[in-house]
Amino acid sequence: MHQPLHVKAEDNLRFIRETMERAGSFTAVSGWGEMGIGATALVAAWLSSVAASPDRWLALWLGEAAIAVAIAMATTTWKVRDHRVPLVSGPARKFALSFVPPMIAGALLTIVLVTRGEHALLPAVWMLLYGAAVVSAGTFSVRIVPVMGACFMICGAIALVVPDIRNVMMAVAFGGLHLVFGAAIARRHGG
Amino acid sequence: MAKPSPAGGRRPRGEREPLREIKGKSEAGQVPDLDKVIHERMRLAIVSALAATDTLGFNELKSLIGATDGNLSVHARKLEDAGYIVTTKRFEGRVPKTEFKLTAAGRRALERYVDHMEALIRAVRER
Repeated sequence: MHQPLHVKAEDNLRFIRETMERAGSFTAVSGWGEMGIGATALVAAWLSSVAASPDRWLALWLGEAAIAVAIAMATTTWKVRDHRVPLVSGPARKFALSFVPPMIAGALLTIVLVTRGEHALLPAVWMLLYGAAVVSAGTFSVRIVPVMGACFMICGAIALVVPDIRNVMMAVAFGGLHLVFGAAIARRHGG
Repeated sequence: MAKPSPAGGRRPRGEREPLREIKGKSEAGQVPDLDKVIHERMRLAIVSALAATDTLGFNELKSLIGATDGNLSVHARKLEDAGYIVTTKRFEGRVPKTEFKLTAAGRRALERYVDHMEALIRAVRER
């Protein structure tokens, strides 16, 4: 049985919109944003390496985290608007729902470790849980995103085994990995 | 082939109306010809996905639109022949990589197709 033409036309338009939403969210991670986060993280890594106390070190990185969130939100919004796809769509929700739980776990562990004075463990915990968040959320994005998450987890594992180089690993991971992968995403996936 | 409707008469409910008869009924009175290259679902999906992003790799596009390797290759070739997409093949180390990108002609074709669908819907609502 044939559908009336206008019903078929509506179905085709819905199909186009949904495909564009999926594709847009697929690459909504902004490469330029990642590079911005990498650059500010390198500054934070340098400042924290000369921090006078663990509390000052912590304050610097928490400040950097707030800046990174602001950069990520702004550049993702610009990117999806530029590609004329909605920011809140099915895949974007899945991305957020996969990303947030490891970050909440990271926040809770940060509170516990700081309360117990275990600052030295923080870099490894942050890199491992941020990496886990990026890997799981990255299943709804282009393949390069979960690869970046896996690299963060490797850096976190190294910092866990060799705590003395934790500041170097923070610079390598939050600075270097964001810059390298951000450049690749910007070049290959529309900004 | 559908029969033409009687002059001034209404078509029975549910009967298909040929595209040509819609022509002239839309607001602008202009409905472009249906582009059969992107009317096919898989090709429409490829063009729509590439319209929302800059470049997509073979596997990324395949998983995004739920195609098989063979299906994607065949339909991508047809779109490439029509000048709607460009395919780039390169090597990353020893691994071959295929990437697809929408051309300006492809973007215009999708816009025309969307206009066409909107004109069809408008024509029915105006009756």
